[in-house]
Amino acid sequence: MTPQLIPEGELAAIRGQFPILERTVRGGTPLVYLDSGATSQKPLAVLDAERDFLLTANSAPHRGAHALSEEATEAYEGARAAIADLIGAQEREVVFTKNATEALNLAAYAFSNAEVGSPLRVGEGDEILITEAEHHANLIPWQELCRRTGATLRWIGVTDEGRLDLDQLDEMVTDRTKVLAFTHASNVLGAVSDVPRIVAAAKAVGAITVLDACQSVPHLPVDVTELGVDLLAFSGHKMYGPSGIGVLWGRYDLLEQMPAFLTGGSMIEIVRMEGSTYAPPPTRFEAGVPMTSQAIGLGAAVRWMQDIGVERIAAHEQALTAQLLEAIAQRPWVRLIGPADVVHRGAAVSFVVEGVHAHDVGQVLDDQGVAVRVGHHCAWPLHRAFGVAATTRASLAVYNTPAEIDTLVAALDRVPAIFGVETGAA
Amino acid sequence: MDLYQELILDHSKRQVGHGLREGQLAEVHHVNPTCGDEVTLRVHLDGTGRDAKITDISYEAMGCSISMASTSILAEEITGVDVDDAMVVHEAMRQMLTSRGQDPGDEDVIGDGVALAGVAQYPARVKCALLGWMALTDALAQAGVDIATASQGETA
Repeated sequence: MTPQLIPEGELAAIRGQFPILERTVRGGTPLVYLDSGATSQKPLAVLDAERDFLLTANSAPHRGAHALSEEATEAYEGARAAIADLIGAQEREVVFTKNATEALNLAAYAFSNAEVGSPLRVGEGDEILITEAEHHANLIPWQELCRRTGATLRWIGVTDEGRLDLDQLDEMVTDRTKVLAFTHASNVLGAVSDVPRIVAAAKAVGAITVLDACQSVPHLPVDVTELGVDLLAFSGHKMYGPSGIGVLWGRYDLLEQMPAFLTGGSMIEIVRMEGSTYAPPPTRFEAGVPMTSQAIGLGAAVRWMQDIGVERIAAHEQALTAQLLEAIAQRPWVRLIGPADVVHRGAAVSFVVEGVHAHDVGQVLDDQGVAVRVGHHCAWPLHRAFGVAATTRASLAVYNTPAEIDTLVAALDRVPAIFGVETGAA
Repeated sequence: MDLYQELILDHSKRQVGHGLREGQLAEVHHVNPTCGDEVTLRVHLDGTGRDAKITDISYEAMGCSISMASTSILAEEITGVDVDDAMVVHEAMRQMLTSRGQDPGDEDVIGDGVALAGVAQYPARVKCALLGWMALTDALAQAGVDIATASQGETA
């Protein structure tokens, strides 16, 4: 892929879909929103889709035979189809969850909730392999699985450059490895993982692969068949969709083997007082009245992304990322945490100003209207691996502009003077 | 920026009384889980109960300038005073920091602490400024001081 900005006129039209980007903060300073990795802003198309549904067809899908319920079912399943189309999946493989965290917990619980004798069940002697780069959402559920079952958690480290240390792969992946869960694109480092290589290693020993795609699906073309993973999770609110909606995609034959996670209404087949049977996927995993308007909003977000073109979104963000990486490279007092070039890289750029805590850097940027994330970004072990308590992270989306990167860099240049940092400038 | 008063930057670098010293009655370790700021704080007391004198606050802190400065100011203001008086300072700091800017702080009570008044305008940073102070009350409680009956609130 070649970095390529979206033409100015078109970019202005895209920004017009986000009224929030017009607002000011901190006493009249224009907002520069560079925290889309935490949550993206939502275009009018998404808000309109939710509102239209609620105004005209609101009802519970897959229940009742009245006209509204039929329309709600159609809209809800239409959103599922849109998501399947985006990631190259079958509709029946797309499970709606509350968020990516729930999706990953659903996956992790399968390995302890499966029937005795199921090949999915893990126990003492089995190993779950993750990486040191994981967001807590793809770390804690596996720690908890190990605590419940007696399985052992192991992890692959990261290189100084900020990529998974795959030299450790051959040694770490063994016959004992039952699950290999890893991030597609790090929410801190920005690094895009070498999925084919990791999947090949997992397949060689029959381990199930779980991919955290929260930071890839909103930014890069993602095709589940091409990736070859078994399960994949992402959230709606980071990809221009509403909050309260996430997705677990799974290979259908694997989903079929997986036990229910949350149980209750909707997910059943036959219910008797003595015991019940459950519906096939994806219904089995969608207990309760679903997040209907949120799912419909996410479907609209997907269509909105596809109208621009996911490849073009990726190319635009890559051009902005290159601009930011170059500015950081010119400032020796800024330490980049993550790969320094845009190859196999997403739209999150984390850095440290030597001698200044990230909270203080973020405060100075905020004073200039620039919204970034500061802290450990729910990846505390990764920060520990780099010997830093916290980083400042700028994370981009399609609505960001080169001028906004300039504003970020100008605001960053105010930091040394305030905190007495030696810049090495003549 | 109003937030970063010279006094704050000075305290965050100088860190009055920094270092862990022996002879403590209690040691606590507090973290701010949202950003990873950490403080290990020891209280050194002469006597028992609320009349006890705080002879030393020794600590190691890692964090933003606000949390570092606040802990340094704590060490400066609290060392050498009775627990009762320390709790008065603590309560005055807490009130100022959580006042959303309504309480500018009383220099006679909190000394350099008034430099942190600007933090109250930034709710996300209040936790940073309170980290050391929360550690102090925890350490005093662990040292067996009944801080609930110490004279909190009498400053208002």
